[in-house]
Amino acid sequence: MKRDLLAALFIARKDLRTEFRTKEALNAAVSFALVVLVLFSFAFDLERSELYDISGGLLWIIFLFAGSLIVNRSFTREVPNDCLDVLVASPVPAWALFLGKSISSFTLLMVVELISLPFYGLFNNIIWMKTFWPHFGLMLLTTWGITVTGVAFSAVTVNVRLRELMLPVLHYPLLIPLLIGAMEMSTALLRGDAVDNGPNLRLVAVFDAIFTALSLYLIEFILVT
Amino acid sequence: MREKKIYVLAILGTILMVATMYDILVAMPDEAQQGPIGKMLLVHVPAAFAAFTFYGVAVWNSIKFLVKKDFHADSLAVSNIEVAQVFTLINLVTGSLWGHIIWGIWWTWDFRLTSQFMCFMLYLGYLLMRPAVSDATQRATMSAILAILAVADIPLVFFAIRLRDARMQHPSPVLETGKMDPSWWPPFLLMWVVYLLIGGALIMLRLRQETVRREMDSLRRELHAM
Repeated sequence: MKRDLLAALFIARKDLRTEFRTKEALNAAVSFALVVLVLFSFAFDLERSELYDISGGLLWIIFLFAGSLIVNRSFTREVPNDCLDVLVASPVPAWALFLGKSISSFTLLMVVELISLPFYGLFNNIIWMKTFWPHFGLMLLTTWGITVTGVAFSAVTVNVRLRELMLPVLHYPLLIPLLIGAMEMSTALLRGDAVDNGPNLRLVAVFDAIFTALSLYLIEFILVT
Repeated sequence: MREKKIYVLAILGTILMVATMYDILVAMPDEAQQGPIGKMLLVHVPAAFAAFTFYGVAVWNSIKFLVKKDFHADSLAVSNIEVAQVFTLINLVTGSLWGHIIWGIWWTWDFRLTSQFMCFMLYLGYLLMRPAVSDATQRATMSAILAILAVADIPLVFFAIRLRDARMQHPSPVLETGKMDPSWWPPFLLMWVVYLLIGGALIMLRLRQETVRREMDSLRRELHAM
């Protein structure tokens, strides 16, 4: 078990090292997040208070779009030179391979989110520093949910024609409950509402738990096939 | 033999549908508060029940495929999901028509409507993905996994929207409040049976197509290997 977990960390380190050498997905995701941010600024011509009302929704849509670019690459990067076949044939269990891929995608998406967040605050005049730490906790939980399902779907669609189109079609509807919880909490945190975030937090945590467990179990079937 | 079964189911379903629809539209009195549109419940809710029945069979067969690698289970799963999608659509459209007359709007993001719509979207993704995978084993495995992930998501969508806005917009006379008049139960259950019979015939028809397609695929593979 410990050996498998170490293997998962090793795979995560390999992916992160490859990505930080080229920064292909990272640069694309950050640029994309900024472009969406600019587009939203023009699409919604709102008063400042109105902007706070939709702040959570805006934030998570930006993160979600950027996240698609990151998770889409997690398994497809292994397709050239048949690297995926080698990884599957290696003595690393499928769940550890999946966990490693999820950890690396999660780290990359967190980096993209942390870079985009100040720009989001700057362009929309939204003060986010006051509630940064609770918001950071929420980002960790929600990003894990986006990543773990995204990487699972990336594995499902790795050999599918039109995979870049299929991934969002399959992935986004699944994320609805997670995003509802995250958007509600983000809006409440950014607006400074004194509301009980417990139920939404539980929803996000339950989503993470269910889909992490299901993905870790089902990945064996996906990769072996 | 299977062809005969299809005909029997389809003819039985059609006769029963005509009789039940006559009962609903002509013989039964209108709903006391909503008028004739209130009878939409007898078409709308059984469609949802039929859809869930077929989704349930599909998910069961998806699990069966993953465990036993039985391609017949995969064919059953996809046939059931296709037919379930039709009944989900009937449920959504009839609900929307009712909503337009009673609420004055075609749609609202209430937890039942949203979860039903998301159910439709998730399984639409399932149906869109299938033709994009060329290898039969891979297609069946990916489809089974998608079906399982989707079914785990639907209760979460329901609770997420309920958490967001706990106000009940969608009436629930059948399952929760039990306000439905006892005289409405027989046509309600008959309508469910009608959907199951017609749905069953459609599933058997699709199953036959899937079996033929699988045979053709295997013949094509053999031909390539020669």
